Amino acid sequence: MSAQSLRAGLPSPLRTLLRAVVLALFAFAIFGPLLNLLLWAFAERWYFPNKLPLEFGLTFWYRVFQPRGNALASLGTSIWIALLTVALSLAVAIPAGYALARLKLPWRGAILLLFLLPQAVPNLPVYVNIAQVFYQIGLNGTILGVVLVHASHGLVLAVWIASAAFASVDASLEEASRNLGASPWTCASMGGNYQIASITALLLLIPSIGFMLVVERFLKADVLAMVGR
Amino acid sequence: MTASDGTARERWIGLALLAPALAVVTVFFVAPLAMSAIVAFRRKDGVLTLEHFAKSFDLYTTDLLFTLAIVLLSTLLIGLVAIAIAGYLTLGENPRAVSILRWLYRWPLFIPFVVAGQVMRTFLAKNGMLNHVLIGSGLIEPLSAQSLLDWRGIVIAFVWKQAPFVTLLLAGAMASLESQHIEAARNLGARRLRVLIDIVLPQVRGTLLVGLVLSFVTMLSVLSVPLMINPNSPTMVTVDVAYRINTFGDYAVANALCLLSLVLAAGGAWFYLQHAVGKVEKT
Repeated sequence: MSAQSLRAGLPSPLRTLLRAVVLALFAFAIFGPLLNLLLWAFAERWYFPNKLPLEFGLTFWYRVFQPRGNALASLGTSIWIALLTVALSLAVAIPAGYALARLKLPWRGAILLLFLLPQAVPNLPVYVNIAQVFYQIGLNGTILGVVLVHASHGLVLAVWIASAAFASVDASLEEASRNLGASPWTCASMGGNYQIASITALLLLIPSIGFMLVVERFLKADVLAMVGR
Repeated sequence: MTASDGTARERWIGLALLAPALAVVTVFFVAPLAMSAIVAFRRKDGVLTLEHFAKSFDLYTTDLLFTLAIVLLSTLLIGLVAIAIAGYLTLGENPRAVSILRWLYRWPLFIPFVVAGQVMRTFLAKNGMLNHVLIGSGLIEPLSAQSLLDWRGIVIAFVWKQAPFVTLLLAGAMASLESQHIEAARNLGARRLRVLIDIVLPQVRGTLLVGLVLSFVTMLSVLSVPLMINPNSPTMVTVDVAYRINTFGDYAVANALCLLSLVLAAGGAWFYLQHAVGKVEKT
């Protein structure tokens, strides 16, 4: 059966309706849970069987942002750590990505996998050991220490994406411009121009991962205190 | 300069470029992980032993299988959702629907796991918004409303959080395909589903596998989602690890469980080496 005859079978208003319904359901799946979070954040009183909060207000927001709460300071620290993590990840991932994409390296697959390792292990016991190492080299309780650990987790995306970005630039373009007298540095930046989209993806992904890790740290103490009770 | 000289030089340059990234991962993750492995194999008096693994299997075999089942199911669903969304983004004919979908699907990408856990904990509960909507629209009776905060809740949270990530990679790969093949097949009258399965998917297989392997190993090591949605037995290994440490200070069994979890992740890594890494090299 050809596509034309099949589509002719379904009248156009019906197809539009079907499309709208599917999109609406998808929108609910994405935003429903988030809307729920929003409602809870502004709810003053909300109990069963009411479908919506009985009273809205800012009581809990005052509590979060009261001077003793330190929430703003924590948020500031989180963002600062995330920014530093992005900078560090980019600084080490771009040369690594170039090497993995362009140069003939032995054990390439194993190296790519090594960066995946921090994502693949339940982290709690490993962090206990990291804390031990940090005590020995004086990194415990420092921003740099936190940034380094976050970076070790974010590197898998940074390196894999940077490598993919370099691999998708046609190497012959760079060779051609080298032959025309361009410096290696110009070639590297040209590679960058062709890959703005990839780098943007990188910039978007690393902070979100960094953000994820920072917030996990942020809440960890409270969460852990509840474990096993 | 001979060819072999060139290759050797290239290796050294490559190694030098990789060194900072490798150093970060080695010093701040691989070395501490090795320390964990040693703890898992040692008795208090320093003798090598397998007793911590025996204890792990004794207490947590169910949880290990539960973890594997949940993560495999989630990975499968993530793959299907990602293929559906990315496929429509690539082959959809209504520009408005495509742009709405493109705007919609990315949101959970920027939500941390711990927030996704909290969000789902309230959304999927017995008195949660999902049940209110289902009851309000007359789809279920108020009495038959049930809580989804068990294995289903974990799977929903994982799919909700990870599917956009795989979709992002997959839609990118699909967008970079040569459109001629697709156009040709469409002109010959092939249906969109056929085009997706026969022409588009085989070409983006490597990217799909990379996304799924990344999601698979990440989900294996997430603590917050199972802890917030379903901390009771059977639960995921990460919760058990946290429990051993917080309640008993039992690092030996916790580390043994970590290594067992790593073995599960190694399955994903093997898959990646077999099917995905070659594709990455070729692109």
